[in-house]
Amino acid sequence: MRRSRLGAWAAGFAGICIALAALFVAIAAGVALGEMIIPMETTVAAITNRLGLTSVALPRIQEAVIWDYRLSRSLVAAFCGAGLAISGAILQSLLRNPLAEPYVLGISAGASTGAVCVMLLGFGAGAFSLSFGAFAGSLAAFAFVALLSSGRQTADRTILAGVAASQLFNALTSYIVSTSANAEQARSVMFWLLGSFAGVRWPEVMLSASVVMLGLVVCIWHARALDAFTFGEDAARSLGIAVQRVRVVLLLVTALMTATMVSMVGAIGFVGLVIPHAARFIVGPGHSRLLPACALVGALFMVVADIVSRIIIAPQVLPIGVVTALVGVPFFSVILYRARRAA
Amino acid sequence: MTLAANAVRWLAGRKVIVDDVTVSIEPGQMLGLIGPNGSGKSSLIRLLAGLRSPAAGEVVLGGKPMSGLGRRELARRVAVVEQHSMTEANVTVLDVVRLGRTPHRSALSPWTSEDDRIVTEALARVDLEGRSDQFWHTLSGGERQRVQLARALAQSPSFLILDEPTNHLDIQHQIDILRLVAELPVTTIVAIHDLNLAARFCDQIAVLSDGRLIGCGAPMEILTEGLIASVFGVDAHVSTSQHHGRLHIQFRM
Repeated sequence: MRRSRLGAWAAGFAGICIALAALFVAIAAGVALGEMIIPMETTVAAITNRLGLTSVALPRIQEAVIWDYRLSRSLVAAFCGAGLAISGAILQSLLRNPLAEPYVLGISAGASTGAVCVMLLGFGAGAFSLSFGAFAGSLAAFAFVALLSSGRQTADRTILAGVAASQLFNALTSYIVSTSANAEQARSVMFWLLGSFAGVRWPEVMLSASVVMLGLVVCIWHARALDAFTFGEDAARSLGIAVQRVRVVLLLVTALMTATMVSMVGAIGFVGLVIPHAARFIVGPGHSRLLPACALVGALFMVVADIVSRIIIAPQVLPIGVVTALVGVPFFSVILYRARRAA
Repeated sequence: MTLAANAVRWLAGRKVIVDDVTVSIEPGQMLGLIGPNGSGKSSLIRLLAGLRSPAAGEVVLGGKPMSGLGRRELARRVAVVEQHSMTEANVTVLDVVRLGRTPHRSALSPWTSEDDRIVTEALARVDLEGRSDQFWHTLSGGERQRVQLARALAQSPSFLILDEPTNHLDIQHQIDILRLVAELPVTTIVAIHDLNLAARFCDQIAVLSDGRLIGCGAPMEILTEGLIASVFGVDAHVSTSQHHGRLHIQFRM
């Protein structure tokens, strides 16, 4: 037993190192690739220059593209992928539903509506109130889904309630944008419905980093409680878990992470669905390993998806939600098909 | 330590499900809870396990009202096996049995060799040693109940509460599970449908009908032809089995 546990630790540590290295390479590629191809050594020099370690003379324009545009964008993509994947894993465990995730349940749509309300109808101002609006919207969507699927909770009822929530909140978003926005703003409705990493800078990196780190810590703290939900709420309660408190805390954290992401980059679908299943396949269902794995794999996936969205029809940029949906929907279909066969 | 319900009542909406039930169990005994469908067995089980709080009355554990105990403290003393455990998660036998240690560990305390020992012992107790890496969804119904039993034992409880643990099993596995439970060194409360199995394995039997306790005592005293006729509405012939010396109930059909 002793030896196998040591082996498991070593394997876990090696896995984390490999994933971090892959993530680092992906972010470097994200910085190097694009309309203007920047050599890797320039990228590294630009970063070490900023950190005050070196003072290599670099073309002004390249340094600006690296620092103000691509690096911040790749980092936000990484944190978004991590946050959405963790949210998906938490929702799947708490609702005991393999199809649950913020986008499918309409929580992302609710956050979009909240953010658009703040932006166009002018409740408050600034990045903070935008996030706050998104948070309120995501909670409203949560409440809507909980209300519709209350009573006997079955997998299909929760998903159907989520479909209704997505439709409702997306319709509200479109309505608000088309009635109260000018042409320029109306075009941005696409942003809220499909997601985009355009225009994210360092303040967004800081915000997403702190929210995702906080969320990850809170969720890992509750890893054992989440394991205890394996056989449902009563089983968790009989194992000494304060079911109500754990549910409220984790659902709030999920809503907060989703809302923060949506307020910055819009609603990005299916990452929260695909990544937890992939991560479970790699590290198994135990949450103390699953949650860090979700964070790493989600970050990696999103950085790569962002690169794909930028180079596939360059110089134009594909909305990131299109890329994630093209990967996610086939995956969703497979899970749905398997769930149907099992039932 | 004793476990007792004092005049407990429980309602679903306005409907009274458990009505003024007082029952207690002596240490080391096995108490069978019998009654027709909808008589309130499962609800009483949930009240005794502390999974629901009574609308009136109280459940007392070791002289203290259960409502005053912390969740974790309760889970270290009372373990529950449900009628039918289901999960979508791809867990192994070992994963499930290890869940039993949850109430003994805080959020950050590491897994100890003591935990390992208890889990291994629990697996051996239900004859599943060597099966720990098998996946839950590949197990048969009887094996799943044995895994859940091992999980409950890993909680190192003083009381084991089972809600119709043999409901979905064939007769061989019903007997297997109940014999296993009867041999365990814990105090046990089990809701059970089959009157012959109840008479065979339980030391005490409590009879519920329409949420009320009709009687409680040794099987010989309680399971009379008159009681079976009035509670279950069937015509029974009760005799002492020449085979095992316990009650044998035959139904006239």
